[in-house]
Amino acid sequence: MSTSDSAVLPRSGGMGWLKGQLRNIAPFATLLVLVALFSIASPSFATLDNVANIARQVSVTAIIAVGLTFVILCAEIDLSVASVANAVGIMVAFFTLQDQSVNIANIPLPGAAAILLALLGSLALGAVTAFGVTVIGIPSFIMTLAMLQIGAGICAMLVRGQIAYSVPAPIEMLGSGSIGPVPWIVVVAVLVLALGHIVLSYTRFGRYVYMVGGNREAAEYSGVNVKLVLAAVLVISAVCSGIAGMLGVAHFGSAQQNEFDNYLLDAISAVVVGGTSLFGGQGGIGNTVVGLLVLGVLNNGLDHVQIDSFLKILIRGLILLLALVINVYAQRLRAKA
Amino acid sequence: MARGAPLLELRGISKSFGGVTALSGVDFTLEVGEIHGLVGENGAGKSTLMKIIAGVHTSFEGEMRIAGRPARHRSARSARDAGIGMVHQELSVVPELSVAENVMLGVQPVNRLGLVDWPGMMRRARALLAELGIDVDPRVPIGRLPLGMQQLVEIARVLSSGARIVILDEPTSALSPPEVEVLFGLLRRVRDSGRSIVFISHFLEDVLAICDRVTCFRNGRLIETAPVSAIDKGWIITRMIGAGHEELEQGYAGEIRLDSRPGAPVVLACEAASGPGFREVSLEARAGEVLGIYGSMGAGQLDLARALFGRTALSGGRLSLDGRPIALRNTAAARRAGIAFVPESRRSMLFAQEPVYRNVSISILDRISRLWVKPAVERAIAQRHVEALGIRPPSVHPRLGTLSGGNQQKVALAKWLTHLPRVLVLSEPTRGMDVGAKEEVVRIVRALREQGIAVLVVSTEPETVLSLADRILVMKRGQVCEEFAGGTVSKDRLLAAA
Repeated sequence: MSTSDSAVLPRSGGMGWLKGQLRNIAPFATLLVLVALFSIASPSFATLDNVANIARQVSVTAIIAVGLTFVILCAEIDLSVASVANAVGIMVAFFTLQDQSVNIANIPLPGAAAILLALLGSLALGAVTAFGVTVIGIPSFIMTLAMLQIGAGICAMLVRGQIAYSVPAPIEMLGSGSIGPVPWIVVVAVLVLALGHIVLSYTRFGRYVYMVGGNREAAEYSGVNVKLVLAAVLVISAVCSGIAGMLGVAHFGSAQQNEFDNYLLDAISAVVVGGTSLFGGQGGIGNTVVGLLVLGVLNNGLDHVQIDSFLKILIRGLILLLALVINVYAQRLRAKA
Repeated sequence: MARGAPLLELRGISKSFGGVTALSGVDFTLEVGEIHGLVGENGAGKSTLMKIIAGVHTSFEGEMRIAGRPARHRSARSARDAGIGMVHQELSVVPELSVAENVMLGVQPVNRLGLVDWPGMMRRARALLAELGIDVDPRVPIGRLPLGMQQLVEIARVLSSGARIVILDEPTSALSPPEVEVLFGLLRRVRDSGRSIVFISHFLEDVLAICDRVTCFRNGRLIETAPVSAIDKGWIITRMIGAGHEELEQGYAGEIRLDSRPGAPVVLACEAASGPGFREVSLEARAGEVLGIYGSMGAGQLDLARALFGRTALSGGRLSLDGRPIALRNTAAARRAGIAFVPESRRSMLFAQEPVYRNVSISILDRISRLWVKPAVERAIAQRHVEALGIRPPSVHPRLGTLSGGNQQKVALAKWLTHLPRVLVLSEPTRGMDVGAKEEVVRIVRALREQGIAVLVVSTEPETVLSLADRILVMKRGQVCEEFAGGTVSKDRLLAAA
């Protein structure tokens, strides 16, 4: 190795710092611009009611995105999040007594047992993914693609084309109840986000996540158990998805196949639009929160303005593409800065 | 040897990279039908010259003639069209494809429909292999063949593309003695067919056994060319390492005293250990002793170092620490057992995007915190090391990527200095460093040795091992072939053993 890089010293002045912060600044600026645009375009957008709407609309995505942030920080990906959410949501309904009209051969259990079993189910799905990625060595992209299909299969097997409506009372409350004016699901989302942030920023495990994502080989050569960290983030992702799935089912008022299909793209978009690096090691829950708000404002705001509803889909795609460009570009700038 | 214009003639070749001279005023000739050995230490200029001949470097001073006609390659492709082929140390075969496909890679015969003419390809591959005396079924995937056979096939491929000059870079480093014999047989047949071979190697016995003439390089200059009948190993080594003045000034040449400590307790012992790249290695690392392991590129000492840190698994043999057997399932297990490792590449040991203190604390995180990280403690610890090692700038906050290379290397060492390990394995610890930084490393390693740590220094550079080690093992083709303990050793004896 040459010493030709020996002249590289910290660049003084604000430009270098700004370039290094692009991944944090760009999403926030996007959010401000979107809020300003929609506020001008529609008087109904910037109201307290609508802010509450947005918060409620992004809550399920937020819980999924927390787990996904861990995975993407490690430079891996989990494509099974929405499918696992759906499967676990259906599991909890499967273990709950359903109305006579629902024709499912389910196993009614007490609420606590149903919740516990569903959580264990998410843990098991995460463990299988973790085993495949770390022990067998299947790339996470492919392994979680298989888990996506397995999750869909579990959904299909359990409900057999039917729709279940009942979930245990605590889940019902957290998913669709509220304390005062604040919906419980928003509270749960905020708590999960806060917990995710605390773990990533202030615990030893969180540090390992950043280090493994920053340079996996160096983590290995520093004596970090890289496989254990990777396994843990995949299990965390599955459990977050499971919680989101249970609450989501209560939130939507039904448990059926394919009801979380949009959430894979939404959760990945939220993490990436927020500025967490696709190459790992950079970003965090703060970024994810901004990403969630950008997506939430965009989805909600487009409903408030007169726009072709089919065009909305395209606009979302373009926004995601723009975020990806910024993400990759920010990585390059930071590497140079 | 044929008379007339030489096949390849170079005059006054100079090349520099950003102010650093890699070659200066080299005159080199390759006759028709000869095997020409090229020897010199790493960085002596052999590879640069070969890359100029093979069209990899296209800007250089001086002139080149092929068969008497002036030639100037614009690219590696135009060099190939001029009849120059190169076989790199890292083979470039496609393991999944058949031998025939590999031989015909890029020049597959096609039929009138533009599709690959399979029968024609098999026929031509079979004919070529038979002509070269390579006994192999052209239909088997090349990845299933032993490495030596793969190399022969790669040479066949270079010849099939019409090469008259074949450059072989370290062709024998991974071969067993019988495979070397087969290779030599092939090379002689190629030579006798009127083509010429440049044979670059660290294995001086091999150079003396197969070459017609030998050229020695040192510090970017061609020192001397001589027919092999007139020289021996000592002649080559003297010319490779120079008359001695300059080297003596650096304190590396001449006789080095070895202060091995045979009585010191054995910390890490390795019994007939085999793994990827090495086999049946036995060694003992003792407390307060620096054990140097020297070998040329690909001799297996770097692979051994990785295995001692649990990065790769042993396929055989036993490890023990303080007399108790240990199994290293992963690097975390090695670290907990008290083994530390600094790898040869800076990229693979540091977190460029993270501040200095996190780079230092990563390997002691589980000692200073259970659940919560304690940045204040981390920074205090890192600050101590930054000051003790004289890291510039003297702060724990900058992102590591902004530090200079030598300072980054010190940070990589610093992470093992808080809770001292029992065994410290250093892979190429002074590679790419200037003299000042090297002395710093020597000072640090000595200090660690005084504290009773068993230090292993693993390198392909004889100077590194000579300047640090109290006892030296030499590895060759994955095995320990010689030990220097007590008395004195010199660079030429080390080179002669490898």
